[in-house]
Amino acid sequence: MYRYDQFDARIVRERVAQFRGQVARRLSGELPEDEFKPLRLQNGVYLQLHAYMLRIAIPYGQLSPVQLRCLAEIARDYDRGFGHFTTRQNIQFNWVALKDIPDVLEKLAEVEMHAIQTSGNCIRNTTTDHFAGAAQDEVLDPRAWCEIIRQWSTFHPEFAFLPRKFKIAVTAAEHDRAAIRVHDVGLHIRQKDGQVGFEVHVGGGQGRTPHIAALVNPFVPEAQILDYLEAIMRVYNRYGRRDNKYKARIKILVSELGEAEYIRQVEEEFAAQRPGEKIDLPASEVARIHAYFAPPDLAPQPVVSKTLEAAKAADPAFARWTRANLHPHKVAGFATVTVSLKPIGAAPGDATDTQMEIVADLAEKYGYGDIRVSHAQNLILPHVALDDLPAVYAALDAAGLGAANESRITDMIVCPGLDYCNLANARSIPVALAVQKVFADPAYEEDIGKLHINVSGCINACGHHHVGHIGILGVDKKGEEFYQILLGGRADEKAALGEIVGPGLKADAVPAAIHRVVEFYRAERTSPAEKFIDTLERLGHQRFQEALYAAG
Amino acid sequence: MPLVKGGAEIANDCTFVPDGGALPDSGRFSVSFGRYLGLKQGRENGPLPDGIRLAPADDPAQLEPFLPEIALIEVDFPRYTDGRGFSQAQLLRRRYGYCGEIRAVGHVLRDQIFYMHRSGIDAYETRRAGLPEVLEALAEFTEAYQPAVSGPAAIFRKRDGA
Repeated sequence: MYRYDQFDARIVRERVAQFRGQVARRLSGELPEDEFKPLRLQNGVYLQLHAYMLRIAIPYGQLSPVQLRCLAEIARDYDRGFGHFTTRQNIQFNWVALKDIPDVLEKLAEVEMHAIQTSGNCIRNTTTDHFAGAAQDEVLDPRAWCEIIRQWSTFHPEFAFLPRKFKIAVTAAEHDRAAIRVHDVGLHIRQKDGQVGFEVHVGGGQGRTPHIAALVNPFVPEAQILDYLEAIMRVYNRYGRRDNKYKARIKILVSELGEAEYIRQVEEEFAAQRPGEKIDLPASEVARIHAYFAPPDLAPQPVVSKTLEAAKAADPAFARWTRANLHPHKVAGFATVTVSLKPIGAAPGDATDTQMEIVADLAEKYGYGDIRVSHAQNLILPHVALDDLPAVYAALDAAGLGAANESRITDMIVCPGLDYCNLANARSIPVALAVQKVFADPAYEEDIGKLHINVSGCINACGHHHVGHIGILGVDKKGEEFYQILLGGRADEKAALGEIVGPGLKADAVPAAIHRVVEFYRAERTSPAEKFIDTLERLGHQRFQEALYAAG
Repeated sequence: MPLVKGGAEIANDCTFVPDGGALPDSGRFSVSFGRYLGLKQGRENGPLPDGIRLAPADDPAQLEPFLPEIALIEVDFPRYTDGRGFSQAQLLRRRYGYCGEIRAVGHVLRDQIFYMHRSGIDAYETRRAGLPEVLEALAEFTEAYQPAVSGPAAIFRKRDGA
């Protein structure tokens, strides 16, 4: 993984000192809250319902064991013993005191971490495929380019006060696990005639007006990608709407201009760049950064591990976990492990300090020191030998991290909701937990197979309800919480927005309604191999909708 | 409102005349870009200003032909969260090669000044930040990743050259 050199380290230290000064000026009253707000936001500090929240950047979701242990320590010393992993592959702490935040940032700097641009109207953490570097279907490891984009976008002097926040996602695999089509900019790394380049999608997004991104350029050669991004950013910074917060995202600019006119403007700005404006990243620098992401030295093993097979035969729960939480690895005899942070009955995406330390230990002992955070709010050990899986599972299970549900119905993406968030209209976590309960039987859940449920507590869509196979959206109607159900969303390479199927349901009616929809699917699927989303697409929404509202 | 340029606090000798306001007989003054064009193209009679004040929506490209004769461009930040002025300054310096003074006016706060400096703004008429605050803000970062108009050289060039 990437390691800071003297320059990276100095920038992060200078940022800590700067923010310490800003906090001191705020606490002394010299800096009024309205002027402090954009500053603290660009350092990940939100004022939430109960306290300040600190969001820490995990660039493209990559952590080392040392870093994860540092997060555990922060959870223990400055929070209430847990942290919440987010859909931007970051982590947030909900109970940190403002006066302590500079010290927390100082601690983070010691392990090459920061909270820079984790909020505010600037370029946020670049996200990527959480299986990067291990997945069989990638053309190359996208993390090096994510790191280059991280550096380019950090304290970019022109783009720190954009109309609205700006999110970039990168994938290098045909199967899109990074949801690039619902990002402000989605980049798909491709190879053409031996050259590396980027397929550029712009203007996707969720929130109150969801959009699937427009394909703006099918192939921008890698040497030009930062200049092309500059053109995209400049057109947005100059012409994005600033009169209405809810129309300020780039998706609105693209849709109001129309794709063709938007593309023309970007191409015109790109063509107008003079030689002196080009970023002109030296090839040596690109190579330097790529070198940090060299794959670990994995000696291929037999495809079938006797140790693994024996353990599976001896323990059905372990066998089920291997069927759900493993992903095929590039190297024979290895697997990528998803550590589910969605056990039945716990807040999705939360991990305690002890759990973080256990995962850090496992990564060190069995995982080549590599840990990822997925946008689905789980942790990943990308490189684990098949022989080591029984030991890894035993340790995870003992720590309450043994849920066998990756991409299954209880592996939900859920925003914090009204329990924590200022913006929410309804609670998310309690309704998600009530739905989880219906599907708590592992055999039943396995029979249902792949099914994404995403839950948001308001139309800002932090829980990605638009792109869940089943989306649940909390709304407030005259002081009462209602939940609208959406069907048919997906965030992958066939990205689509779910459709609201009818009137909202009261919270206590949601679990049974989802159950009816799932039972309808099970009755109608051609075979257990036909996924929920495929049956839904084959049959259409109408009959699923009838099942949803059938008298219970 | 303090005006800081070139490491010193200086007196502001340039008055902005709003559209419709009477142009002064003497002394330096600035007007909006629209009014400048009117004066330049003879739709309004009067002395040519020393400076032009750019509103956030103004396009620096239209200013290009006149740049050699303009001593001062004021980039207006009506709200400090409106970042269009950063793009205007970058364009003026890097695309159109403007060498005169670019002055940030409006809602100018200490914590934007480092970015303004890097974007090519070289004078700051601030809300309340005086010389010590501005100098402090300019010194907060000694490194920068990207190439820009001024300030530290891009890190990746240093890495390459080192």
